[in-house]
Amino acid sequence: MDFTLKIWRQEHARAKGKFVTFQVKNISPDCSFLEMLDILNEELVDKIQLPVSFDHDCREGICGMCSLYINGHPHGWDDGVTACQLHMRKFKDGETIVVEPWRSKAFPVIRDLMVDRSALDTIIQEGGYVSVNTGQAPDANAVLVSKEAADLAMDAAACIGCGACVAACKNASAMLFIAAKVSQLALLPQGRIEAKDRVRRMVRKMDELGFGNCTNTYACEAECPKKISRTHIARLNREFMCAKLIAENTL
Amino acid sequence: MIQLNSKVPAGPLEKKWSQYKSNQKLVNPANKAKVDIIVVGTGLGGSSAAAALGEMGFNVKVFCIQDSPRRAHSIAAQGGINAAKNYPNDGDSIYRLFNDTLKGGDYRSREANVYRLAEVSNAIIDHCVAQGVPFAREYGGLLENRSFGGAQVSRTFFARGQTGQQLLLGAYSSLSRQVKKGTVKMYPRREMLDLVVVEGRARGIITRNVITGELERHFGHAVVLATGGYGNAYFLSTMAMSANVSAAWQAFRRGACFANPAFVQIHPTCIPVHGDYQSKLTLMSESLRNDGRIWVPKNKDDAEKVRMGQLHPNEIKEEDRDYYLERRYPAFGNLVPRDIASRAAKERCDAGFGVGTGQAVYLDLADSIKRLGLNVIMERYGNLFQMYEKITGHDPAHTPMMIYPAIHYTMGGLWVDYELMTSIPGLFAIGEANFSDHGANRLGASALMQGLADGYFVLPYTIQNYLADQFKVKRMPTDLPAFADAEKNVRTRLETLIGINGKRSVDTFHKNLGHIMWEYVGMGRTEAGLKEAVSKIAALRKEFWKDVRVTGSLEGVNNELEKATRVADFLEIGELIARDALNRNESCGGHFREEYQTPEGECLRNDKDSTYTAAWQFTGDDKEPILHKEPLNYEFVEVKQRDYK
Ligand SMILES: Cc1cc2nc3c(=O)[nH]c(=O)nc-3n(C[C@H](O)[C@H](O)[C@H](O)COP(=O)(O)OP(=O)(O)OC[C@H]3O[C@@H](n4cnc5c(N)ncnc54)[C@H](O)[C@@H]3O)c2cc1C
Ligand code: FES
Repeated sequence: MDFTLKIWRQEHARAKGKFVTFQVKNISPDCSFLEMLDILNEELVDKIQLPVSFDHDCREGICGMCSLYINGHPHGWDDGVTACQLHMRKFKDGETIVVEPWRSKAFPVIRDLMVDRSALDTIIQEGGYVSVNTGQAPDANAVLVSKEAADLAMDAAACIGCGACVAACKNASAMLFIAAKVSQLALLPQGRIEAKDRVRRMVRKMDELGFGNCTNTYACEAECPKKISRTHIARLNREFMCAKLIAENTL
Repeated sequence: MIQLNSKVPAGPLEKKWSQYKSNQKLVNPANKAKVDIIVVGTGLGGSSAAAALGEMGFNVKVFCIQDSPRRAHSIAAQGGINAAKNYPNDGDSIYRLFNDTLKGGDYRSREANVYRLAEVSNAIIDHCVAQGVPFAREYGGLLENRSFGGAQVSRTFFARGQTGQQLLLGAYSSLSRQVKKGTVKMYPRREMLDLVVVEGRARGIITRNVITGELERHFGHAVVLATGGYGNAYFLSTMAMSANVSAAWQAFRRGACFANPAFVQIHPTCIPVHGDYQSKLTLMSESLRNDGRIWVPKNKDDAEKVRMGQLHPNEIKEEDRDYYLERRYPAFGNLVPRDIASRAAKERCDAGFGVGTGQAVYLDLADSIKRLGLNVIMERYGNLFQMYEKITGHDPAHTPMMIYPAIHYTMGGLWVDYELMTSIPGLFAIGEANFSDHGANRLGASALMQGLADGYFVLPYTIQNYLADQFKVKRMPTDLPAFADAEKNVRTRLETLIGINGKRSVDTFHKNLGHIMWEYVGMGRTEAGLKEAVSKIAALRKEFWKDVRVTGSLEGVNNELEKATRVADFLEIGELIARDALNRNESCGGHFREEYQTPEGECLRNDKDSTYTAAWQFTGDDKEPILHKEPLNYEFVEVKQRDYK
């Protein structure tokens, strides 16, 4: 298969970027999207040009490192996959494909298609954990957890932290990302104790870091490669309201 | 001359660890904050160690290549983690887990280390549950278990097909808590390129900031390497793209012994290779072998027809299928250890019964779907089915999966003693980066166990025995000559790579190396082949340093330069792997020398001459390394021929 690629190129964070057009030819339909970029990069190296920089690591949809905005969608239009799991057989021969980095104030571009997502780590540091030191835990079966709760918590915990939700959101909100963690820990007895404090701190941090507000358009859910459900946002809101009420009462 | 001392404590097997802990030296709470510990790597090993050390009050600096610690390669582990809880009441115990691990490793690991691993395994599960790891549960609210290869009990805990992800996110959450508290400082997007040794002790590292390109010097009273395995020496593997041996390799070059490099695990259930442009291989979790049956056509004609696409596997009648694992190993069936399952697949394919490209066998879930219903199977393996379908375009719910063995894990690694310290004082290695617990073959779901055992429950103790008097050592300024020299060493190397300006890209060399490794140092090894490999790799390395083309400069992001430094090191370890395989005149676990096999084609160990750990010492570029042998004494178990029949 042959493709025309329009790729965002930007030398460094402060440089001005622009789209550059490349052609790739004879690509196997079984080739993954990132392998197609590898082939392009090999050609660029052959011509002594600088290869296109993009983030990637596991190449199997779990590390959350790849972060390409393909034809107007984070990770491309295909449902429930990351860019690294996208295969060229999903594209039309001869198609023009536009590839951009995540676009969000909270995710500055580093180079070409790489962005800085450290803000997501900063949010987790605000409370995305249970405060337990190593060696303090009781026997794992001492506290029962219903299968429903464990399954729902797992649904939320499947978030890979790629930031597609932020890239998809017109407000660049990280609400789905936060909701996934808040929800996971709120559903489990181990996380309940700190639930209220956690939600307050994480939401406050999100606001501070320049992410936008959630206005319930749910592009995040539609574009999430792990299909994290918007119901976790509802649960976050519930936790948040509860936390606020309690906070007001204790004032 | 290095003297290897395993420092295994005296006393009965089940008391060694508790006695060690009672007698070891500790660092007083007030002094902990005066001690800097560098942890390189944020997989299960590194994240858990950094979190635990931070909780204790040490001053920890953590490094990783990715943009976030949560993205370390451990995230990709699928199937599960073992522990000796015996929750299903099926006869498990610490001793049984210990014995299975030792036997699975074909009696080439250190008894006391393996026992300790089994002993702390239960505390791992307790801790992870307390962190909020959503392990699978039964309807009554108790934890669920499944079985894995090499065991006749169900001792594997899991979180759907994403156990590594959930365990790593648990460790990452604890790490994040310490970052917030200020005990741990996180340095992402850093690649360690050299170790700094001052007066014989590890005192720091040199890293390259992969965003700015800057070379940085970092001091630590001790350095912990948790940098994962070296499987990418084979180019195609199930490892993440950035997985490398560079940190461990530079430590080797600075005097740390490298143990059993030839012990490489080839995993039986991976999606087969399909093209030359392919960048990595994808694992289909071994847990599928719980419910899947492995087979090839019984008749060559049928095999030929399915290869040509003239016959659909579902059309092959039951009596015309060869469930070769069930046939050869009735007691363990599809759940034999990985090395055995891999070789059996190769044997069938080499004999002409392979499907797909000829280098594939079927993993069929149809019987289980019939028995349990598609819902139950989807609940267990839904994400694996999805992953398979995305890659191959076929849905395993209707067509049997095709699988083939691939490089997956490296049992070998930096030599460490009972305290997980390498042969350089103050340098520790944990997780896949060390060689310690899996002998010649690792059992499924035991790497996650080992990474977390090392990081949460072993290293935070043993490192204190070393650090007990180190708080008196003042933090060293990084303008000391040892730091400056190490940085200069790295800079020269990087400048040389860029300066070569040759004609061939880094990837072409990496692929060449991968071909040599897979061909000669893969599933079947011979003396002649290994000698060939040693000379071919040496020649390729020469060519690399003459003709590689690395575009860009030292400054800023330069992915080609990153790849080049890694491949340069793979070109060195590749040769050591081959040398080690050549030296080991026996077959054991993942190391199969064709000259040494039983009439049935099973591994033939040579216990009399080869019951040792091979620890190699660097002696200089293009010089032969020195081999040290650490004898393995089995005091408590009887060494037997493995039998899974
Ligand atoms: C696909 C797959 C599935 C698996 N499934 C299972 C399973 O079900 N059960 C099981 O028990 N095991 C499984 N394993 C094995 C297991 O996942 C690994 O052995 C284990 O996670 C390794 O953990 P680690 O902490 O040692 O290193 P890793 O997780 O590999 O982490 C290495 C860390 O070191 C950093 N690093 C590396 N080099 C450098 C450098 N030079 N400078 C700075 N940082 C560096 C990396 O950035 C990373 O943070 C699986 C492995 C694979 C590939
Ligand atoms: S590279 Fe890991 S999710 Fe895409």
